[in-house]
Amino acid sequence: MATGAGLITAFVLAMLWGAIRGAPRKASFRVWIVGWGLVFTMTVLGVLLASALWTGERIIARGDSVVRVQAHASRYKWDFVQPAPGGWPVTTRNVLYVPAGQPFEVEIRSSDVIHSFWVPRLGGKMDAIPGHVNLHRLQADRPGEYAGQSAEFSGPGYRKMRFTLIAYDPANPPSALIDAPAEKALP
Amino acid sequence: MTDIPPNKAQRALHLHRELDRVWADDPGLRGFFTSVNHGTIGLRFMATAFVFFAIGGVLAMLIRAQLATRKGAFLDSELYNQVFTMHGSIMMFLFAIPLLEGLALWLLPKILGARDMAFPRLSALGYFCYLFGGTTIVLSLVFGVAPDGGWFMYVPLSDKVHTPGVNADVWLLGVTFVEISAMAAAVEITVTILRCRAAHMPLTRMPLMAWYLLGTAAMMLIGFPPLILGSILLELQRAFDWPFFDVSRGGDPLLWQHLFWLFGHPEVYIIFLPAAGALSTIIPVLSRTTILGYGAIVAAILGLVFLSFGLWVHHMFTVGIPHMALAFFSAASALVAVPTAVQIFAWIGTMYGGQVQFRLPMLYIMGFFGTFVLGGLTGVMLAMVPFNWQAHDTAFVTAHLHYVLVGGFVFPMLAAVTWWMPMISGRWRISGLGETAFWLIFIGFHGTFLIMHLTGLLGMPRRVDAYPGNPEWEIPNLISSVFGMVQAMGFALFAFDMVMQWLFGRRSWRNPWHAPTLDWAMPLPAPSYNFASLPTPLHGDANAVLPLAKGQGLLPGAPRGHRETLVVDAASGRPDHVAVLARSTALPVWTAVAIGSFFGLMLAGLYWLAPLGIVATLVMVWRWGAIMGVERDLPPIDVAPGLNLPPHFHKRQTLAYTGCIAFLVADGTVFASLLFAVGFLSVIAPEWPAPGAGYRAVPMLFATAAALLSSAFVVYAARRAEGCRGAPDAAIWTRAGLCASVLALICMCGLAAGLDDPRRHSRDALRAALLGYAAVHGIVATMLALRADRDARTNRLGAERRGAIPAWRLFHQFWLTVTATGVGIVLAQEVL
Repeated sequence: MATGAGLITAFVLAMLWGAIRGAPRKASFRVWIVGWGLVFTMTVLGVLLASALWTGERIIARGDSVVRVQAHASRYKWDFVQPAPGGWPVTTRNVLYVPAGQPFEVEIRSSDVIHSFWVPRLGGKMDAIPGHVNLHRLQADRPGEYAGQSAEFSGPGYRKMRFTLIAYDPANPPSALIDAPAEKALP
Repeated sequence: MTDIPPNKAQRALHLHRELDRVWADDPGLRGFFTSVNHGTIGLRFMATAFVFFAIGGVLAMLIRAQLATRKGAFLDSELYNQVFTMHGSIMMFLFAIPLLEGLALWLLPKILGARDMAFPRLSALGYFCYLFGGTTIVLSLVFGVAPDGGWFMYVPLSDKVHTPGVNADVWLLGVTFVEISAMAAAVEITVTILRCRAAHMPLTRMPLMAWYLLGTAAMMLIGFPPLILGSILLELQRAFDWPFFDVSRGGDPLLWQHLFWLFGHPEVYIIFLPAAGALSTIIPVLSRTTILGYGAIVAAILGLVFLSFGLWVHHMFTVGIPHMALAFFSAASALVAVPTAVQIFAWIGTMYGGQVQFRLPMLYIMGFFGTFVLGGLTGVMLAMVPFNWQAHDTAFVTAHLHYVLVGGFVFPMLAAVTWWMPMISGRWRISGLGETAFWLIFIGFHGTFLIMHLTGLLGMPRRVDAYPGNPEWEIPNLISSVFGMVQAMGFALFAFDMVMQWLFGRRSWRNPWHAPTLDWAMPLPAPSYNFASLPTPLHGDANAVLPLAKGQGLLPGAPRGHRETLVVDAASGRPDHVAVLARSTALPVWTAVAIGSFFGLMLAGLYWLAPLGIVATLVMVWRWGAIMGVERDLPPIDVAPGLNLPPHFHKRQTLAYTGCIAFLVADGTVFASLLFAVGFLSVIAPEWPAPGAGYRAVPMLFATAAALLSSAFVVYAARRAEGCRGAPDAAIWTRAGLCASVLALICMCGLAAGLDDPRRHSRDALRAALLGYAAVHGIVATMLALRADRDARTNRLGAERRGAIPAWRLFHQFWLTVTATGVGIVLAQEVL
């Protein structure tokens, strides 16, 4: 898409270059306004919109039975609740464990101001808004550590609102999850 | 085309002296406070806007200095937050909007062939509100209490719990104070374009600039009210704990986002349209041809005005809105690119069909193309939901919005300033300086912001003050900072060039660009009265400079010693009557002081004294009516041989009446936004339904019915009063209407006493807000009733003279309608 934007920019500028050189010519309404202004623009936009809709449908959260974790944002920290392999919930601060290679959904909440849950390498962001629960679907293909951060300004400590997402191999869950004491079940 | 015979030629110098005596400002400092002339006020608006631009630019340099290294030890977090919030707020509210208002105020009468704007005193009032409000906002930075929650002030961050200091109040009250000038300008621009054009200039053949500004003004009338309402609601929550945005009591922070972006996105086009108007004006002249596709451009303007109100949600793609709704707003966001593209290709086509001359304004236009096209395309990328989720709130968005705003507003505005500078100063520029300034700005800008796209894609969020853990962001940030300084030098040189031109440029000859529009049909620099006689179809373009100066057009000179201009029929441009405009007066500045005292007392937290500010404002406003009527019939005015027109005192469809309608459109939008808030909170917010109503229903219903009935009687009384305006009965009916109006207000006070505590739940707060809205309008309607009654008792009514009655009727009908609607909403809430 960035390439396309670059190409169209270059193309329009080249057209401008052509227009400002040379002697006066007959400028046709049909060519410039109808052809370029309407037909060309609408075609590009139509293709772009259709593809974006299609991608959007695929990545939208569906609330089906995938791994479900909770993210509670508050100034200036993230508290996560994630299922241990045995099924009981484990609470962590600023670290989120998810199994790699399968989609998971995050329930995002805030207890004070607006924050935004974002793991740049995994995909887009979703806001944490007081009084609302937002669902966000992501997937980490490979095990590893992924940096995450809030993407909505929240006050003086904003830049400290970072967390780490650890995607683990489902066959080999991390000790932090296995050794955690059993708590009450996820709601 | 209807020809009007020319007037007899007179000596131009004689006419000039006669007119200048009437139209010139008072001398010295007194003139600064009393001028109402659009030329003075427009220039002052623009100069003040550039001062604020310089302040905002210094803040931008502080930001770049802070981000140049990853430690960022230069400003602490608190100060940095104030700096970036103020940079955005100043550039948006104290630079961009006032600059376009200033350009419109200064240019419109000239390009339309009139002597002044429709409401000269309103121009001055707007200016002083802007000056006082803007100064307060900037001073807050000096005292370290500047707004610090980001320029869009999201709640809950900006509520009393999370911003206990006065910082957010400075923003809410200061910006609302400044917005009075925006609303005043919007009403004025609309009325001036519709009613103050040259004789027989139909809407369909106006200069394109007028179409652009009409679109701008229409968007301001509808776009600003949601922000104004949002600011009032948030200030009510901060000051009195009415929980409109508090989730625990039935409010919702998302309501703020909707109201803010309902304004915020049209705002982008409000800024873009006048700039595009300058492009459409300058490009054909400097291409030695006419614009390609006038009709298509007008259609594109109308399309933009319409579509821009369907996109606000695209700033909220990450708040958790269903995907199909996102798809709708995504499509609308992409669709808005179509009218923009039509204009871009019309401009390129115009240049293709002509011979482009690379004068200085053309350089800035090339700068526009090189910048705006890329900004528009990254905008389309951001309109795509998946990409938006990725790039939202990163430096990519910062880069995008600077490409759009600097490309789409600053470059065209700089082109416009260099274009009209000979008319402003009467002098020609000194060659070399302007070109150097352009290249510094252009290179500096792209050096700063092109790489910022990359910084954003590397994951750097907006608004962080340091990034110790991300060394990979350091190099691109350093590059941005270095080029930022280059850009700042360019702007400084531009300012220097303007001063040099003003002081040392050689005198410019008339119409130096060979432009066709009427603004150049006058001597340079533009005289205080613009045209010694007003243009007709016979003298309809820039070539008419001599006949107009010799008084061969309409209404030559000022033989009656009044500031007179021609008022036409809105669509066709047929001459209708002659408006007698206000002369220099200190009333606007005192009114601005009175309004400012209210805002100042609110800001100081002296809520119980604040009503004094309202009383002071009402007293000042009352005095505006003094020149709005005459005690005897006036003879018709000779406009041209065989064409006598009445002065405006004898007409019903005056400028003031059209202005009332334009104002009520904006006012109705405030009300509609309030209804939106009621609907949104009842349906979306958690903690609903609200607790049961605690008030006693029967007395409340009784008071409501009494208020509505007496209000309805006022409508009848006003109609009767206008019907018998020449007879003594008129005074009886105006007095009856006045009494009924007061009675309705008293009933409303009773309602207010019986309401549930607004702090309990947002439903109760909304009801109090609805009642407050009705009460404010009741007070204004009663003031108008009082004015009409005074007119009836001081001989200001006659067979043709209607005094304040038409405005009173109109406003009162509006009041009755909104009050009845509000009552209907509350009843529906109770029954459902």
